[in-house]
Amino acid sequence: MNESLSRPVIEMRGVSVGAMRAPTLTVLENVDWTVAPGEFWIVAGPPQSGKSDLLMLAAGLMPPQTGCVRWWGAETPEADETTRRRVGLVFEGGQLFNQLTIAENIALPLRYHHNLTADAALAAVKPLLEGMELTPLADVVPPHVAANWRVRAALARALALQPDLLLLDNPLTGLGARHRHWWRRFLDQLGRGHEWLGGRPLTMVLTTDDLSRLADWDHTGRRFAVLRDKQFIPLGSWREVETSADPAVKELLAETEEQVKASSW
Amino acid sequence: MCLLTAQGLAAFTLITLGVLLKKSGAAQNVLRPRIRREIARAGVALLPMFLFVAVALGFLVIGQTVSAMARVGATQYLGSTMVIVIVRELGPLLAAMLVLARVGTAHVIELGTARALGEVEALEALGIDPVHYLIVPRVIGMATGVFSLTVYLILGALASGWLFAFLQDVPLTPGEYFKQIAGALSWLDFTLLALKTAAFGFFIAVVTCYHGLAQPLRLEEVSRVAVRAVTQGVIVCVLIDALFIVLYLAA
Repeated sequence: MNESLSRPVIEMRGVSVGAMRAPTLTVLENVDWTVAPGEFWIVAGPPQSGKSDLLMLAAGLMPPQTGCVRWWGAETPEADETTRRRVGLVFEGGQLFNQLTIAENIALPLRYHHNLTADAALAAVKPLLEGMELTPLADVVPPHVAANWRVRAALARALALQPDLLLLDNPLTGLGARHRHWWRRFLDQLGRGHEWLGGRPLTMVLTTDDLSRLADWDHTGRRFAVLRDKQFIPLGSWREVETSADPAVKELLAETEEQVKASSW
Repeated sequence: MCLLTAQGLAAFTLITLGVLLKKSGAAQNVLRPRIRREIARAGVALLPMFLFVAVALGFLVIGQTVSAMARVGATQYLGSTMVIVIVRELGPLLAAMLVLARVGTAHVIELGTARALGEVEALEALGIDPVHYLIVPRVIGMATGVFSLTVYLILGALASGWLFAFLQDVPLTPGEYFKQIAGALSWLDFTLLALKTAAFGFFIAVVTCYHGLAQPLRLEEVSRVAVRAVTQGVIVCVLIDALFIVLYLAA
């Protein structure tokens, strides 16, 4: 077995997370977290709780204030370019390049890393465009595309390099019901092993601020964590969440139920 | 504050040079079209404006100088005067200022907006070096643009200067006029002109890109940063010019 496949995909030890836009500000403290290959983590927390910052840190876009972060055993600041390309990130809202079309956005990482011509790269991303129903928008620039489709294009862009780890920052925020359903089904396929990735299960971390729909993510093998009061609290599977005697977890579930009731009014 | 900016600029210059040399052959299919676009933007697209400025400069400054020198019988100094004023000083500096105003400000705004919208982080997340993808094409484009436009500006100004003198009935044939200028030029003028204009372009690009890219920005900060970048761009150009004056005097 390949050694890197058995190593934890992400390891954080004693990590303090700074805010991406204000690095001196601490948003999370003493994070100890291990993501094993093939796991699908759901990290929930209210807005401004540090979810995006945790994901940016996990993606290697900023260093930890204290502690260390490792990808497949290598510390992120020292990670070589090949290791870095094994990590895909979908930003909240997509963060596509506005001057490029949707197809060019998706093709950019392939063009850059494999030195492909524009035509060759566009041919390479055609299956991605078709599989994600983005073909009609291929030649449109992101400002002229609805937010639902921009995030989907960002997912396609993150998958273009066939990563081993996919980080998704609040991808379902503001999506319509049809798109939410598509995302749940597609992420499930990625978790089980999609043909685009050679059938290997993809390790994923997804953040959400929608506590009322936390139970919707309940699925075999999925693991949950919450962020509150600058703490990262790993909860385990949904079954463990429901049966936990931890007062913090019970309080979270109570909040979740309240939000469900409020949203049903 | 000034020291911090100077340190930041120095570090950014070294990083840009490092990436420029280390990744010179990487991702050519992506970089080449971007470099061509930047050369067009900082060079070809500005050509009509430069021709207008060249004619204006020739009429307003050179023509009057030629007329005045002819009146006092000092036409034998015409060549050396033109070379010092136009070739060494006014041409390169004016070209640099115009490119800074037209393209440098656009750099700050584009990169500042890209930074504020998180596009730089998006590049990093894709394993794309933002300095390589965003800065290197701009640096090459601007260095090439300032050099080329300076040459056009000098040629246009010298030609229109003679035309103005001719219209003023100055007894100076075109052959004599250009012969004097050619005689006053040395290999050092060509070498230092190329180095100076490339340095202007390089540092204008570095200063404007630094202010747009090197620090996290909010959208409302972009205009203020653009003003600061242009001011520092002017200062850097004047300092480079002073350095080249020393080189001319030492040579």
